[in-house]
Amino acid sequence: MTVSGVNLDLTRVRPYGDTLDDGWVQMSLTLPVPSGPEATRAAEALCEKMGLDDVRVVYSRDIAGTFTFFVVYGKCVHSVDFTAIKVSKVNMRHMTFDEINEFIATCIGRKIVVVAACTGSDAHTVGIDAIINMKGYAGEYGLERYPWFVAYNLGSQVPNEALVAKAIEVGADAILVSQVVTQKNVHIDNLTNLAELVEAEGIRDKVLLIMGGPRIDHELAVELGYDAGFGPGTLPSHVGAFIAQELARRMGVWAPAEKA
Amino acid sequence: MSRINLDISLVERARRAARGIADGIEPDINASTTTTIERTVLRLLGINGIDENGVPLPNVIVEQAQAAGILGDGIAYWIGSAMVHEGQSAAEVARRIARGDLRLEEIHPADEKAVREAIAPEAARMCAHIKGRRLERERLIEELDAATPPYIYIIVATGNIYEDVTQAKAAAKCGADIIAVIRSTAQSLLDYVPYGPTTEGYGGTYATQANFRIMRQALDEVSRELGRYIRLVNYCSGLCMPEIAAMGAMERLDMMLNDAMYGILFRDINMRRTFVDQRFSRMINAYAGVVINTGEDNYLTTADAYDHAHTVLASQFINEELALRSGLRPEQIGLGHAFQMNPDMTDGFLYELAQAEMARAIFPDAPLKYMPPTKYMTGNIFKGHLMDAMFNLAGVISGQTIQLVGVLTEHIHTPFLQDRYLAIENAKYIMNNARHLGREISYRAGGEMERRANEVLTKATAMLEQVAEIGLMSAISQGMFAGVKRDPRGGRGLDGVVKKRDGYYNPFPEIFMRELSSPAFSPKLWRVQAQAQAQAQAKTKTKTKTKAKVEAPGPMQAQAPVESQAQAGERMDSGALPHVAGGEGGCGR
Repeated sequence: MTVSGVNLDLTRVRPYGDTLDDGWVQMSLTLPVPSGPEATRAAEALCEKMGLDDVRVVYSRDIAGTFTFFVVYGKCVHSVDFTAIKVSKVNMRHMTFDEINEFIATCIGRKIVVVAACTGSDAHTVGIDAIINMKGYAGEYGLERYPWFVAYNLGSQVPNEALVAKAIEVGADAILVSQVVTQKNVHIDNLTNLAELVEAEGIRDKVLLIMGGPRIDHELAVELGYDAGFGPGTLPSHVGAFIAQELARRMGVWAPAEKA
Repeated sequence: MSRINLDISLVERARRAARGIADGIEPDINASTTTTIERTVLRLLGINGIDENGVPLPNVIVEQAQAAGILGDGIAYWIGSAMVHEGQSAAEVARRIARGDLRLEEIHPADEKAVREAIAPEAARMCAHIKGRRLERERLIEELDAATPPYIYIIVATGNIYEDVTQAKAAAKCGADIIAVIRSTAQSLLDYVPYGPTTEGYGGTYATQANFRIMRQALDEVSRELGRYIRLVNYCSGLCMPEIAAMGAMERLDMMLNDAMYGILFRDINMRRTFVDQRFSRMINAYAGVVINTGEDNYLTTADAYDHAHTVLASQFINEELALRSGLRPEQIGLGHAFQMNPDMTDGFLYELAQAEMARAIFPDAPLKYMPPTKYMTGNIFKGHLMDAMFNLAGVISGQTIQLVGVLTEHIHTPFLQDRYLAIENAKYIMNNARHLGREISYRAGGEMERRANEVLTKATAMLEQVAEIGLMSAISQGMFAGVKRDPRGGRGLDGVVKKRDGYYNPFPEIFMRELSSPAFSPKLWRVQAQAQAQAQAKTKTKTKTKAKVEAPGPMQAQAPVESQAQAGERMDSGALPHVAGGEGGCGR
């Protein structure tokens, strides 16, 4: 791989400012000290400790007499080995609304039942509504609109127990939980609690357990024992395609094509 | 004078439909009380505090009354009866009832006239207290207020009231005019109000009377320091609407979020409960001189802002009508709307501005509350900052009153201190730089903006007429608002709705509505502001920033901290206010 005619060493990747390998990064921060030359020097010293060289405080501003805001540039001395990076991603092939329905009709031959909720104290249904509700999000219909999905959206502030009870009641194939509020990691406790409940009820191997939210990713999902995690930018078809494919794979009726 | 040509006959039709809608729920509102209304009556009689299990005394007493099946008489009737027989104050009998020394169901019903005579002085004391707080606000605004709308409204939400104070003061020094303390997630579903100062909360800080007082005191300090009155906002929504309204009235909050339908649609609170509660809560807001903020922006967090603009307008008409019926004046009705169109839309700004001008024209006296883009904020803070700038431009051009300033890190985290500073800097830059641009503009007759505004108005009118025909409760159960369907018998809090019995007694609505309808109760504060606004607009100077007053004002009413909440009505000590002379202070000085 070459950038600007120079061979890029993927084992030593550094930020790109305007020249390959210059290392320039841009950041802003606030220190709880009054503005002045000492504050600026302190910001520089801190940035040096963070691994920046040639630190330039290009802007500083007093906030309320007790804080100072800085915009800083510096050259990052560190590099990363890009070839060693491994990320676990939700394993699925993207499909459209029609493809998903057809896939379920052909491979599974019955409707897929999903229950969804924003559980715990979280009152923000924006995410779960976008994925489930009829009207969907960003021009895509939600799972309720899919003829081959039966979707129950239980709404917000649902106790984990109620979500699991509903899943058992309707024989759900998948449980979707949305978490928006992440202050003080409240979502981690709640998500862990849900996974434990599903386990305790003895339905863990009967359902796909899926989490979503603006601060959620697949790695977190895997770490907490979920089958998938969907972050920002997720569309209903992403979730629908994953559920359909994963279910078919587990039923042994379908296998993902080998990547070329 | 409106800058955009609207079909006035449609506005009249819409208001007529809104009146019909409100008429439809009026009988139920009048025939019912709720547990939280009765708890509010206790709070207004000076009964506060918690029992040894941490349960608020108003809850302890009202639960007993409900269990005994006597809540339909009004808790004031039974407290009054106990006062008559025991010869004790409301606070004393309340404490005894809560302790179990005095059993509610064993209280002998006293003569109605004797009950009224016992309760009247206690009610009058609280009314005097609330009016005193209102007067304090009016004086402070007269002495200090130098801000011109759009007021810069900023949110703090750390979970810890003391941390909130640090952030609120910093925001005020950066130029915020209004500070809102966001409540902890799910507080709206608590059927009691937490007690005391709190330092733990999720997504926000609990609304408690002690927290209100701590923040009010801090903002008063910073107001004096800056020579500019900083307004305080909290929420009276959820299952405790009137109780929180009462706490806000006692602690001189300036604005309260109060929407007639928000709890039903977005928190699944029972609709009858909400309609009954909103009436009394808004009477308290009205009496306290509080500006309510309605929550129509919420319609657009999931629904498309272009396609569903008319649902916002329809809800504004309903909120307006219900607010007027609670004694609120138009100047106290901060109807909400939002700048939420997809930024990829060609001419999106044109449509946003058309709708903002439309709202301004239809509700000329309302301190409109304009909410920033959140739905399409992605984490790209640079583009987000630009979207907030476009929002600020629309706000200043169309003359919005309360501008909830958007923050570039929306969608990422609760704002950092610096995020707020950047957001305020953005707003101040644009609002100063384009201060009088709006009045130079008239929109092309027959143009796209005029067409759009009338289209939204037409759709809203049709929707309101349909709702009026089928009734508000069935309209909500059919999903006509925000696409959410709610059953009149469903949702939280229906078990707290109680049918009033003959002889039901609550001293406060009578006092509030009587005084509010008297011309002597005219809200001076808004008159003063209207004058300031008119003066500011009359000036054509290029430099428009009003210099803050630096002269020491005369002696003002000081607010003494509440030592005993049970005797909140007795703490109207007055004294000279220590005043710190100084300039604006704040950022970059």
